[in-house]
Amino acid sequence: MSAPNSSYDPVQVTDLQPEEIDAARDTALTEIAAAGDLDALADVRTRQVAGRGAPLVLARRELGALPPQARADAGKRLNAATRAVTEAYEARLAVLTEERDARVLVDEAVDVTVPAGRSPRGARHPLSAVVDRVSDVFVAMGYEVAEGPEAEHGWYNFDALNTPADHPSRELQDTLYLEPTASQVVLRTQTSPVQVRSLLDRPLPVYVICPGRVFRADTVDATHLPVFSQVEGLAIDEGLTMADLRGTLDAFAAGLFADVRGGSLRTRLRPHFFPFTEPSAEVDLQCFGCGGDPADPGCRICSGEGWIEWGGCGMVDPAVLTACGVDPERYTGFAFGMGLERTAMALHNIRDIRELIDGDVRFALAFAGAGEL
Amino acid sequence: MRVVHSWLAELVPGLPDAATCGDALTRASLKLETVERAGEGLEDVVVGEVLDIEELTGFKKPIRFVQVGTGAGPISGSPISGSQPRGIVCGATNFAVGDRVPVALPGAELPGPDGKPGSAISARQTYGRTSDGMICSSRELGIGDDHRGILVLPPDTPIGVEFATVIGMPDNVLDLEITSDRGYALSHRGVARELGIAFDLPFLDPADVDLPSLSEGYPVRIDDPSGCSRYVARTVSGLDSAITSPPPLASRLALAGMRSISLAVDVTNAVLLGLGQPLHAFDLDKLSGAIVVRRARPGETIVTLDGEKRNLVAEDLVITDDSGPIAIAGVMGGASTEVTASTTRVLIESACFDPVSVARTARRLGLPSEASRRFERGVDPALAPFAAEVAVRMLVDFGGASAERVGTDVDLTAPPTTVGLPLAEAERLIGRGYPVEVQRHRLEQLGCAVEVTGTGLRVTPPTWRFDLERPADLVEEIARLEGYETIPVRLPRAPAGRGLTPAQRGRRRVADALADAGFAEVLLLPFLAGDVADRLGLPADDERRAAPRVANPLAEDERELRTTLLPGLLAAAARNVSRGNPDVALAEVGTVFRARPPADHAPEVPGVAQRPTAAQLAALDATLPDQPRHVAVLLTGRREPAGWWGPGRVADWSDAVETARLLARVVGTRLTVRSAQTAPWHPGRCAELVATGSDGSERVIGHAGELHPRVVSEWELPPRAVAMELDLDQMLARIDTAVEVPPVSPYPPADRDVALVVAAEMPAGQVIAALRDGAGPLLESTRLFDVYDRIGPGERSLAFRLRWRAADRTLTAEEVNELRDTAVRAAAERTGARLRS
Repeated sequence: MSAPNSSYDPVQVTDLQPEEIDAARDTALTEIAAAGDLDALADVRTRQVAGRGAPLVLARRELGALPPQARADAGKRLNAATRAVTEAYEARLAVLTEERDARVLVDEAVDVTVPAGRSPRGARHPLSAVVDRVSDVFVAMGYEVAEGPEAEHGWYNFDALNTPADHPSRELQDTLYLEPTASQVVLRTQTSPVQVRSLLDRPLPVYVICPGRVFRADTVDATHLPVFSQVEGLAIDEGLTMADLRGTLDAFAAGLFADVRGGSLRTRLRPHFFPFTEPSAEVDLQCFGCGGDPADPGCRICSGEGWIEWGGCGMVDPAVLTACGVDPERYTGFAFGMGLERTAMALHNIRDIRELIDGDVRFALAFAGAGEL
Repeated sequence: MRVVHSWLAELVPGLPDAATCGDALTRASLKLETVERAGEGLEDVVVGEVLDIEELTGFKKPIRFVQVGTGAGPISGSPISGSQPRGIVCGATNFAVGDRVPVALPGAELPGPDGKPGSAISARQTYGRTSDGMICSSRELGIGDDHRGILVLPPDTPIGVEFATVIGMPDNVLDLEITSDRGYALSHRGVARELGIAFDLPFLDPADVDLPSLSEGYPVRIDDPSGCSRYVARTVSGLDSAITSPPPLASRLALAGMRSISLAVDVTNAVLLGLGQPLHAFDLDKLSGAIVVRRARPGETIVTLDGEKRNLVAEDLVITDDSGPIAIAGVMGGASTEVTASTTRVLIESACFDPVSVARTARRLGLPSEASRRFERGVDPALAPFAAEVAVRMLVDFGGASAERVGTDVDLTAPPTTVGLPLAEAERLIGRGYPVEVQRHRLEQLGCAVEVTGTGLRVTPPTWRFDLERPADLVEEIARLEGYETIPVRLPRAPAGRGLTPAQRGRRRVADALADAGFAEVLLLPFLAGDVADRLGLPADDERRAAPRVANPLAEDERELRTTLLPGLLAAAARNVSRGNPDVALAEVGTVFRARPPADHAPEVPGVAQRPTAAQLAALDATLPDQPRHVAVLLTGRREPAGWWGPGRVADWSDAVETARLLARVVGTRLTVRSAQTAPWHPGRCAELVATGSDGSERVIGHAGELHPRVVSEWELPPRAVAMELDLDQMLARIDTAVEVPPVSPYPPADRDVALVVAAEMPAGQVIAALRDGAGPLLESTRLFDVYDRIGPGERSLAFRLRWRAADRTLTAEEVNELRDTAVRAAAERTGARLRS
């Protein structure tokens, strides 16, 4: 290298002496290594690594005073020393940061088992929840959900359902009438009038379920309510038979109790009588407590019977079809219905039916999901 | 219906055990409720003879020390020889030396009445004697409820035999549920016939007795053929009224649930239970003139067997003689012609009365009886003369009577009708085929006469099957007897459905959203007391006063149907608070009822022979009250719970209003909140909820806010309960389905805060509306972040953060400032707002 700086005086700069650089580097490295925490390290950085007064920084400012050849040599030495110090600093910084972070996480530990239920807990009523469930099962089969009035004319509740004019179910001790009784408006005793309305309103074929509240002149006690929930189904089509009814009831049971005993519960029919179906049957459901096959003699739900009474069903009586303008020679169909209270009571071990209509939040919140309060 | 197994076994020889019978009957539609074992615990009861009676004196009541012989030979299971007389202390006095009585030996454990635990018998000291056993009443033996004295057995009862064998014990009683279409099964005859079919065993019809040829008997006239299709009268004389029913008969009646009263009455009951024919026994000597069956005349009365004087009405069917009514047909006999201890001549009535007539009268008089139950369901009209003959024979056999060689049978029975059953009908309804021979065989088993033709069966049902009128009725019988379990299982393929309707989905979202928001869903009874409207402070003309009334309420003080969900929630909240749960958040989704103005006259009720016309159906619907579905919530106490994080938050009016907004949001209805004054809310803290329809029309669908302090204290709730109620149907009818997504802008927003001073009574909602209108279409959001009341008298300050954003550019500061100024001007013009300095 030759002479562009030849005009410079060959000044000796003390800071840039090799020994000085090495000494400054070693001091810095020692202090970096000795820094016990991030604050100390920051202090070291100011004094030894990057601050204006740091020896290596000061030395770099002196570089320009050196003649070219000396400057290059000093520059190399200085760069090497600075790199060593910076690397040591970065490494130390990483170590101390990690230590600090770890300490903070330890310091910030809390008792996560402390209850933290700030948001209020709510729940669906078990009966309305099961109505939704039933609706889903049947909607999946292609049914629609039909609805009708709770205060209903007697023609829909009785006449159209083939109930004889003098049938005891029409009497005041069984059925609640609205004033004036001459208008024959009753609180529906079953959701079957919705079936009648469905047949009158909808084009054939009809596949509907009718969930809803129904009313009987029963005084309230541990096993009776004057108001309870029912779900009925109706299918009217060409070629429907009792075999289709059996299949539908089994599918209903499997769907509604899909998470009980692997969805294996089946139904059976027992002959019975209803004015609006012929043939008629009662439906028994395999016990969801013990499975019923074989029955557990000590089962609290079925008392060892293996079956629990579930509801009524049958082939829709030709008289009902006629009253709704459906040709019974061409169309057949089935209907079924079950009360939901007893199922809910057995499923959830509810001992007193009055709890269903009492409105106590403790009852409701039992359905708010598992976990401590 | 209680049926006795041994009785059935007499009619169906080879009958299996009771449990097997029960299963078979359940499958055959006569549902088994329970099986009771009867006559257990009688192992150490034997028949003894009263040998000597010593009357003990000096006690408060008569006490006897009785020597009883129990015959020769050892008693089974007893170490004591039976040959020695044993002394027994007894408090009853209805027996004499020579009588045969049941003797419970020491070691016996008697069953006790009604299956209750009875007493263990041992030799013991009492009344100064050693009582070596006990002589028993019916009740102590668990075979009846007669406890008036010792059960005295017939004099020919062998001494020393086990008592159980005397009365046919042990036995089983099956309690069956009989549906209203199967009146024939309210008898051992009917049940036994079903069992014969079920087990393919011969059935010995107890009504199959030879009728004697008789000359014309007691004069009988049927004046009302619609009420009485047949009347048979038979007479016996020389009845020894001292004779009581033989123990096996009394015991059988007891097992079937009827008390032994007297031989004549017991015989009629035995025929009723055995054959299903209700009979009535008149004291023949108390009759005067011909028996006439007719409707009652206005003003007529009768004193019935229970001693009650009954007023009769014109639809009541009565049995009369020259003295007037002597029995209410099929319901209850009269006192004036009752069979008593002095009766020697008896007229047995065996008749067939109209079901509807009997049912109405029994119900009107509150006199349901074993007889009326059977007539209501229909009694076999062919049975009457046979039942009378069976009764006469029993009175002759047991009561020493002699049958008079006369009899009356007025028979107006209509000939049976025939039902045509197409061959394929069973398969069409059931889904499996039944060969014609199977169909014929099953129908014949029921007692039908069957004729097979080319296309089907011509079936004449038996006289006791009133329910077999149409092909479907016969199909049920074939399917039932072949077994419902033989019906295949098949799933029909329904046409594709449309799923839940938007309203149904909306209701479900509402219920779920309320639960998620911390409300406990409740279902309450819809019956309310008449003073609820007053307690709520509703004005006189409030539509919620139009409560439909229940004509026959379950409780006199709860005869109105709810017109609002709030009273139920108030009462439920009060129950919770009184049970120590002060923080309550309840929600109910349910129907409320609003009476419509009454029509001038009730509409004509359509028939059922065809579909009613649209006008007829509309007329029926017009009779119904309005029945909208409402949703309501009620909060008292804390809305957010207290805990280590802080004191929680007490529910206030805003929680009620916010719940309405939440529900509108989840279903997608545009809801505006305006201040209002409506009972039962606090007049200064009540919002009306206004839904906007797709056509822009507005409708008030409900209210929310803090409840009126008077209402809160009326229900004894803690102060400041809040509530919301809205018409869910109306809200769901206004779902805004045409959701348009605004362009999602990538450009930054520009925020400006404005603090406006307005009159204290100026609703914030109006200020916000004015700001929005003035802020132009680029306004993205408005947030009220501060309300400051202490600004000056009659004024308050509302601080808003307004945010603008454009879809296509970054807004300039000048632009935004201009928009802010326009918004503030709009608020100033419409609400008198001024910028807070």
